[in-house]
Amino acid sequence: MNLHLLRAGFIPLVDAAPLIVAHEIGFAEEEGLALDLRKAPSWSTLRDMVALGQIEAAHMLSPVPVATALGLGGNATRLDALSVLSVNGNVVCVSRALADRMRAGGYAFDFSDPRAAGEALMKAVDGQLRIGVPFPFSMHAELLYYWLGALGVPAPQSLDVRTVPPPLMADAIAAGEVDAFCVGEPWGSIAVENGVGELLLPGSAIWSFAPEKVLAVRHDWAGTQPVLTGKLIRTLWRAGRWLSQPANRATASEILSQPHYLGVTAEILDRALSGHFVISPRGDQRQRDSFVAFHEGAATFPWRSQAQWIAQRLAARTGLDRDMSLAAAHQVFRTDLYRNALSALHVDLPGASEKVEGALDTPREIASASGTLILRPDRFFDGAVFDLSALQR
Amino acid sequence: MSDNLSIVVVEKDRDRALLIIDSLRTSGNHDVFVISEEAGLARRISERNPDIVLMDVASPSRDMLEELTLASSPLERPVAMFVDQSEDGLTKAAIEAGVSAYVVDGLRPERIKPIIDAAIARFHMFQQMRAELEATKKALQERKVIDRAKGILMKARGIEEDEAYALLRKTAMDQGRKVADVAESLVTAAGLLS
Repeated sequence: MNLHLLRAGFIPLVDAAPLIVAHEIGFAEEEGLALDLRKAPSWSTLRDMVALGQIEAAHMLSPVPVATALGLGGNATRLDALSVLSVNGNVVCVSRALADRMRAGGYAFDFSDPRAAGEALMKAVDGQLRIGVPFPFSMHAELLYYWLGALGVPAPQSLDVRTVPPPLMADAIAAGEVDAFCVGEPWGSIAVENGVGELLLPGSAIWSFAPEKVLAVRHDWAGTQPVLTGKLIRTLWRAGRWLSQPANRATASEILSQPHYLGVTAEILDRALSGHFVISPRGDQRQRDSFVAFHEGAATFPWRSQAQWIAQRLAARTGLDRDMSLAAAHQVFRTDLYRNALSALHVDLPGASEKVEGALDTPREIASASGTLILRPDRFFDGAVFDLSALQR
Repeated sequence: MSDNLSIVVVEKDRDRALLIIDSLRTSGNHDVFVISEEAGLARRISERNPDIVLMDVASPSRDMLEELTLASSPLERPVAMFVDQSEDGLTKAAIEAGVSAYVVDGLRPERIKPIIDAAIARFHMFQQMRAELEATKKALQERKVIDRAKGILMKARGIEEDEAYALLRKTAMDQGRKVADVAESLVTAAGLLS
């Protein structure tokens, strides 16, 4: 069988799993694709690789294609998100010194309540909080600013935010360059293992259904390669479904642990997949269900409202016009291509392409082709909702 | 002299940095400054206020430069990754050679091109050297493993060296694997059994 070669780039993170699994378990082959996976050294280099045509597809931070559409960031080549690769999957981690001060103030590290955690954190900080994020345009940055902003801390203005590559986060906290950071697993757990940090919160506690990574391709490529685009979307949808089955967890963490993928022991990788965390070097444990989602609750569906939530946050922060930014972001998450690609599989998809972000605090059945689709809660911790139609009225 | 540009090179390795400076000198009498310490990179670069920043695309710390694309104060000049609109694909050539260039807003492409050309030539050389070094290392490593595997076979089966090698090669061919891989398996297994 003649396979069509596609080059796809990733950053070594647990949420690169769909691309890696697609290649290793054979979902790519099933669609007639051969994936040539390239590990990238940084997000900017990965973005440039896809923008300049050295690779066709990339595991990408969900805000990057949106930022590009708004004219922000280092490279102006238009990128589209064909699907969401993963929902949630980040942790906030604090230095041991800061954790000790928080404990002395009576905080119990419940790993679940953002309000209590944020208040304890700000009380324990001397002067400006120095906090690391992997990239200026990242869900990590958005969640941090949302969380602290909702608690009355002007963010990012009153923070000292520093860009630190994920594999270097543990070193940065060890060297005293940052007091805290937000990063994708396994790099938070690595800081715990190295004895330099403690886990404060999962990202999902701040926003319970945040689109974390997307499958990004050049806008032009999606336009000229409809067949390959469809194959790629279906391949990753299948990989996500496979990852969502608990029986496959051990296999997934073994595959990801290989040196040419993440090079981190399977035991540490399993923490994110199982939601069973060791949050401190003393061995305290916490459970967080659905810490990262690859499939359930239509996780890979690229809601236009998700892109627009990101757009209005970016616009507000950088002083861009809100309505123009919302318009620019409207075409970035390619719900249309996603629907086309999956119609062949008779997958049950949401009837709408936008939703009120933050409206669900319990799982809910929604209108879909056969009426059996259950969405997961997508609540913001402060109960706010983002309703696009209300904005446009 | 208004044609002189201020260039910051981000490079940890001192020898590489010196080579880059030399190559940039060929493109004009520019003011070149090297930053070798990556902590607080964005802040250090802002303090120098350069026209151009050059950095290895393979460095994970490259993401720190992204902060510079958002000017955080009116006094700051935002930089953007250099993207040429011309036919010769300078940006692509640069990224392929392993160098990323960030230029300050409003700098004319014809002033940038000679500098990027010089950087590309130099980084190409680095890439070749790196590839050569890796290939040499790998070849040496493979030869060592094959030698050890031959030794194990000679001892275990009482055969001569060329016979031992022929056996390895035949096994590799039968299994559709590389001789070095078969040797590797044998050495590993022998280690477990001894």
